Amino acid sequence: MGFVKGLKCRECGREYAVDPIYVCEFCFGPLEVVYDYDGIMDVLTREEILSRPQNLWRYKELMPIDGEPTSGLNSGFTPLVKADKLGGYLGLKELYIKDDTVTHPTLSFKDRVVAVALSKAREFGFDTVACASTGNLAHSVSAHGAAAGFRRFIFIPASLERSKIVASLAYEPNLIAVDGNYDDVNRLCSEVANKYPWAFVNINIRPFYAEGSKSQGYEIVEQLGWKAPDAIVVPCASGSLMTKIWKSLKEMNRIGLIGEVQTKIFSAQATGCSPIVRAIKEGVDVIKPVKPDTVAKSLAIGNPADGFYATQVVKESGGFGADVSDAEIIEAIKLLARTEGIFAETAGGVTLASAIKLMESGHIAKDAVTVLSITGNGLKTKEAIMGHTAEPHHIDPNLKSFEEALKKINAA
Amino acid sequence: MAVKVKIPVPLQRLTGGREEVEGTPGTIISLINDLDRKYPGLAERISEGGKIRRFVNVYVNEEDVRFMKNEETEVKDGDEVSIVPAIAGGGVFCKKGGR
Repeated sequence: MGFVKGLKCRECGREYAVDPIYVCEFCFGPLEVVYDYDGIMDVLTREEILSRPQNLWRYKELMPIDGEPTSGLNSGFTPLVKADKLGGYLGLKELYIKDDTVTHPTLSFKDRVVAVALSKAREFGFDTVACASTGNLAHSVSAHGAAAGFRRFIFIPASLERSKIVASLAYEPNLIAVDGNYDDVNRLCSEVANKYPWAFVNINIRPFYAEGSKSQGYEIVEQLGWKAPDAIVVPCASGSLMTKIWKSLKEMNRIGLIGEVQTKIFSAQATGCSPIVRAIKEGVDVIKPVKPDTVAKSLAIGNPADGFYATQVVKESGGFGADVSDAEIIEAIKLLARTEGIFAETAGGVTLASAIKLMESGHIAKDAVTVLSITGNGLKTKEAIMGHTAEPHHIDPNLKSFEEALKKINAA
Repeated sequence: MAVKVKIPVPLQRLTGGREEVEGTPGTIISLINDLDRKYPGLAERISEGGKIRRFVNVYVNEEDVRFMKNEETEVKDGDEVSIVPAIAGGGVFCKKGGR
C-alpha cells in the first residue's frame, strides 16, 4: 500500500482524509499531499530505484497512490542531455537539458502529472476525466485517458494553435473549445467540476496531479549521479512545476537519497505574461494578475494558482527570475535546435532565453552546474517559428541545378 | 443605505443562508470585524491577525482590495463588497463523485 498520510492545507495546516478535494474548507487554501517519509525511507533506496524500469513510477512511493500505477507506465525518465555545445556557446561550464520534449506518449512534461492524476482517478472510482488546458495537458489527458478507457472532456481556449487542437482530436475526446482565454476556461471548469462528478485533473484531482511533476526533479538528481544541481531554470505557467521540483529535492534529502540541497531555483516567463517574475523582481508576495499576450501560449496563465508559492521557492532557494520577449523566445528555440538538436516548444524558448539573461546578470554563475527544464516539443507549436526560419533551396531535379545551389550555400 | 456585502456559498452557513448582508462603512477590516459580531465565526474565515487570508479575494465595486489599500481600504454607504475564495472561483467546492 501507499505512504500517503492524508491531505493538509498549505495555509492553515488543517488536515483532511484522502478525497478528490482541493480547497481547505476553513481558510480556502490549497491542499497538499502529506507522506510518511520515515516509512518511505525504509523502502526507497538508491539500489531499489535503480533496479526498477526507467519510468516515473520508479519513484512510486513518493507518488500519491495507494496501489500499483495504472496510467503512464512508459512516461517519464526522459534524457538529461549534457549540452556541451550550447554550454560552450553561452560560456557555461556544465549545462544540462532535462529533455521532456520526448516524454511518452504526448511529448510534454504533462504526461508526468496526467499519469499520476489518472492512476488516482481510477483509485477514486471515476469513469470520466476532464481538464482545462492550454494544449499540452489536453493532449496528455486525451491520450492517457484513451489508453485507460476513461470518458474524456477537454476544455481549451478556442484561440489555441490549430496544430495543438488537431493533436488532441486525434485521440477522439470530447473537445470543448471555449471563446475566452485560459483563465476564463479555468473559471468555467470550476463550475462544471462543481456540478458533474468528473475527475478534473487540474481542479479536484490537483493535489494528486501536481505531485507528478516531482518526478522531473527526482530524475535530474538521479541522472546527475545522485547530486542536486547548482541551478535549475523552470518555465512558469501556474508555478506548480517549479514548486514541485523544489519539493522533490527536499524530499530526496529527507529520505536520505542525497545530502543538503543548495540548488537555486530560477523562474522563466514571457514578458507578455510574467506575473510571477514581476513579483520576484519587485520582492513582493502578491501576484498581480495580467492579461496574457505572448507567443508562449502554454505559459499564458495570467492568474497563476501557485504563483505565491513559486515566489517563495525562489526566495527560499536563493534563485531569481527573468522574463523574455517573443523575439528572444523564438531566437532561443532556434539556438537550442541548432546547437543541441532539440526542437522545443515556445516554453523551451522562454526557459533558454531566460537562462541566458540570468547568466548575463550574474544570477547564474558560469561554473554552476545548471539544468534547463525543457517541458514540451516544438513540433506542437510550429506556427510560432514560421516565418522566422530560413527558406529551403529550391532546385530543378538535376545535378547542375543542385551544384548552382551548392555554390550559393558555400558562398554564404 | 449601508455597505452591501456578498457572501460566498461556503460562508452562507454563518449568515443564516443569506447571500448578501449589510455592513458598516469604514475600513475593510473594521467592516469584517463588525460583521463578525452579527455573524460569529465569519471574521476568522476571511482574515487572520487583521490581514485578509491569502486565498480569499475581497473586491470593492469589483476592484481587488490588494491593488488598493488592502485591509485599510475604505468603504462607504452604497459600495458593494464581494468576498470570493480565490481557488474555487466563486465559492464552489467539488462534490465527491464516482464511487
